[in-house]
This record gives sequence, C-alpha cells and structure tokens, in this order.
Amino acid sequence: MTETLRILIADDEDAMRLVIKRALREFSLSVPDVGVDVALEMEEAPTGEEAVERIAATHPDLVLLDLKLPGISGLEVLEQIKDYGEERLVIMITAYATIQTAVTATKQGAYDFLAKPFTPEELRSTVRKAIRHLILSRQARRLAEEKRRVRFEFISVLAHELKSPINAVEGYLNTLQEDFARNDPAIFDRIVGRSRIRLEGMRKIINDLLDMTRIESGRKKRDITEVDVVDVARMALESVAPTVLERGIEVHLDAPESLTMTADRGEIEIILNNLVSNAVKYNKDNGRVDVILRDTEGRTIITVSDTGIGTSPAEAAKLFNDFVRIKNTKTKHILGSGLGLSIVKKLALLYGGDVSVESQPDVGSAFTVSLHDAAYGETEASPPAQATASSDT
Amino acid sequence: MAETLKRQNAKTILVVDDDEDFRLQVRFQLEADGYQVIEAESPAGAHRILESTTPDLMIVDLMMDEVDAGFTLCHDIKKTLPALPIILATAVASETGIEFDAATDEERCWVKADAVLNKPIRGEQLRRELNRLLR
Repeated sequence: MTETLRILIADDEDAMRLVIKRALREFSLSVPDVGVDVALEMEEAPTGEEAVERIAATHPDLVLLDLKLPGISGLEVLEQIKDYGEERLVIMITAYATIQTAVTATKQGAYDFLAKPFTPEELRSTVRKAIRHLILSRQARRLAEEKRRVRFEFISVLAHELKSPINAVEGYLNTLQEDFARNDPAIFDRIVGRSRIRLEGMRKIINDLLDMTRIESGRKKRDITEVDVVDVARMALESVAPTVLERGIEVHLDAPESLTMTADRGEIEIILNNLVSNAVKYNKDNGRVDVILRDTEGRTIITVSDTGIGTSPAEAAKLFNDFVRIKNTKTKHILGSGLGLSIVKKLALLYGGDVSVESQPDVGSAFTVSLHDAAYGETEASPPAQATASSDT
Repeated sequence: MAETLKRQNAKTILVVDDDEDFRLQVRFQLEADGYQVIEAESPAGAHRILESTTPDLMIVDLMMDEVDAGFTLCHDIKKTLPALPIILATAVASETGIEFDAATDEERCWVKADAVLNKPIRGEQLRRELNRLLR
C-alpha cells in the first residue's frame, strides 16, 4: 500500500525552500512493519500567515517550520494551529536553537528540530523519523478503532442472538395463557418442547461465550498434562451417539491405539466436541462422519469430515469468524451459537497450530486442526496474538 | 363430517415469517379460532403459494432475511391482489423504538398493509384485527 503524505515547507528564504525540495524530491520510505510505502507531495509557504492558512486548507501531514519568519513567527504558527484537530507533525527549522525555544516549541506541539545548516541527509533522516512515527501511530489508532468496531458489532449480534430465544419463549407463554393451549395436551407439549429447545440454544451460546472469554483473556488456569486425543475423540463420538443412531449416520474413527500430546484436556475436548457435533448436525440423514487422528512430525493432526450440506469456498473462508452461521434454507433448522468454529480456531492458535476447511456444496466438509504440544509449567494461557487479529478481521 | 365441513368453509390465512416459533404460535391461535393456516418462511415461498392459492388474509413479518423484506412483499402483493388484507407483524418497535402504524389512509398508502401489530402478538389483539378485516 502506498500512502501519499503532504508536506508543507514554511520558510521565508526561497533558496532554503528549494534546497529542501530538492533533498526530498527522490525521497522514499517504506515502513515494512505495517506494509506502507510513503510518497511525498510538497507545498510551500513563505510566511507564517500563509503557513497557517495552508495548514487549515490542505491539512498537511508534516510541516517543516522555520522558527524565524517575517510577520508571525514559527512559535506563533504552532500556537495558532494547536486546535486544528487534524494530526500533523511539525519539525522546527532553526539557526539558533536555544534550550528555551526548544522547550517552548515542544510544549506547543513540535515533534523535532533541525538546526541550520543541515545536510540533505540530515534532513532526510529527520523527516524519515517523523514519518515513521506518524505512520505507526496512525496504524495503531486505526487498529484500536477497528477493535472497537468489531467489539461493538459482536455485542449487537450477541444481544440479538440472546433476545431471539427470549422472544420465542415469551410468545409461547402468551399462547399458554389461552384456554385452548392449556387444555390441549398436544399443543401444550409442543409449546414446552419448543421452549426447551430455544432455551437450550441460549444456554449453548452462553457456554460458548464463556469458553471464548476464558481463551481470549488468558485468565483460565490451564491444566497441562498428557492427554490421549483418541480417548477424547471417543468421548466426543459417544456424546453424539443418540443423534447418530436416530439419523442413521455412520461414524468412523481412524486412529492409532492411543495418541498422546501435552495439552489441557478441556481444550482438546472443546475442539473435538465442536468439530464432531458440527459434522453430525450439518450432515445428511444416513450420511457419514470420519474422524482421523495422526501424529505427523511432532504435531497432532485432527481431521473431521462429513458428507453433509457443505458450503462454497467463499462462505467457508468466513466460517471461523464470530457468529458466522451460513444462513440458508438448509441450515435454517439447525441450532448453533455461531461461536463454535471461532473457538476452535482460537484454541488451535493457542497450540501454535491452525485450522482449515475444505468444503463442497452438497458433498461435505472436512476440517483439519493441527496442534503442537503445549509447554509444561504453563499454568496460564497467554492469549494467542493472532487469535485476536483473526477474529477482528 | 361436521369437522370437514367446518374446515372447508374456514377462511385461509397465510403466515409469512422466517421465525419458526412465531409461525407456530400464530398457527395454534388461528387454528383454535377455526381458521385454516398455510405457512411460508420467505417472501419467495409466499409467492409460490400465491400462484396456486389465494388466502383470505395474510400475516407478514416485517424483517426477514433482508430488513425490509416484509415491506417489499406487501407492495408486491398489493399490486396484484389489492383486496387481500395484510397484517404486518413486527418486532421493530421493541427493538428500535420506531413506531409505525396503518391506522390512517396516509399511513396505509406508505405501509402497504391494513394493520400493523407489534410482536409479541397478543391473542385478543390478533382476533380483533381478524374480525375487523375479514368482516
């Protein structure tokens, strides 16, 4: 990404402005930390009054400001532009920088000094430093803003998801106040049944939310031990056994006798439970679920595939974000919090691994999680740096 | 026999809402009052049903997949079936505080519905509107 920055050269000497322009003409800077290349656009002001005007009109990003100007001085310019809102960096150019003027100028917002006479390289180096500072602080602000926005969005979706079951149950309670509903056992049972399902869905959202908060905050005490992933997988499969039986789904576990890794058992349970219950939920009746566990080059690889509704590559890419439930007629009747896969991803990152999906509409999906051993003695989970970044995007 | 006769003469009401629970609640209520109920979970589904059946009244949710799906559906239907009464059901008042109504001609011209009911819908409210619109 190339960002063009405006730079204002405010100096009363024509020669000085020319020297500065020449020195900066071939200027280029790249800030690799944020992937930004900087190009400069230069403008000039021969007096303090004009400098103030131009700053108000064109909002330069950087001002090279001569301290001694005819009319209002550089310090007065600083004073006047103090409340202009727009962020900009000012480099004071001065032939007689005393400590006193330095202190005053800094107090009024100057970022740096350049003492006359200076070489073109000194100028470029000072400008480079200022621009790096400007780009990095803008980037930091942008990220903070983005984080606020994501948080706000998360909360409004969450509020909506929690309100929906309340509305449904409230509606059923209203219906139950009617004589016909109270006195007809079939209707009564249906109302109680649906209310339970909606409340269960609500509890699932809240539980997932708690899991997620624990993972993200890193506050959760982790109990790192030797965990047999095969054993965890068997338990995850047992928990879906009734549904599997009812819907005629075939389940296969392809794994060694045992496969141990160093981990918090609860976290591995969350990963497998989420993947297995999704594979069943989004499957077709009489479909098939395959759970494959491998130890490859010191990593534990978990693959869970189904023969379910699948999804397009574009939609699959979004699956690991918060509250993404692909909404269509096929998924309409499937309950879910929309947080499960996002939690799986956060956990995978916590183990220095990742999660990926291959999916084809109406054929099925295969989720693969790779995990490294967790370090012993690590009792508190440090929040995975990338996890927040990925959930933010 | 009497039951069949009653059903055959019963007025038909089409309920369009993507919320399964709302449709079920309205169905219970309407069937108890002797109406026949057809459900659609999307505007597209409603259009399909309307190709072969003309109900006596429709209850349409304002916000389905798209925020104004219900509005659009009402406009579409009133173009081809201007006499078909429509009740617009909405949770928008409780969610946003925006209130609108179809009490005056001006409002009805803008909201192409004959009545607007706020969710959760109360049985007696719905009954009152049905009696008024199906008279």
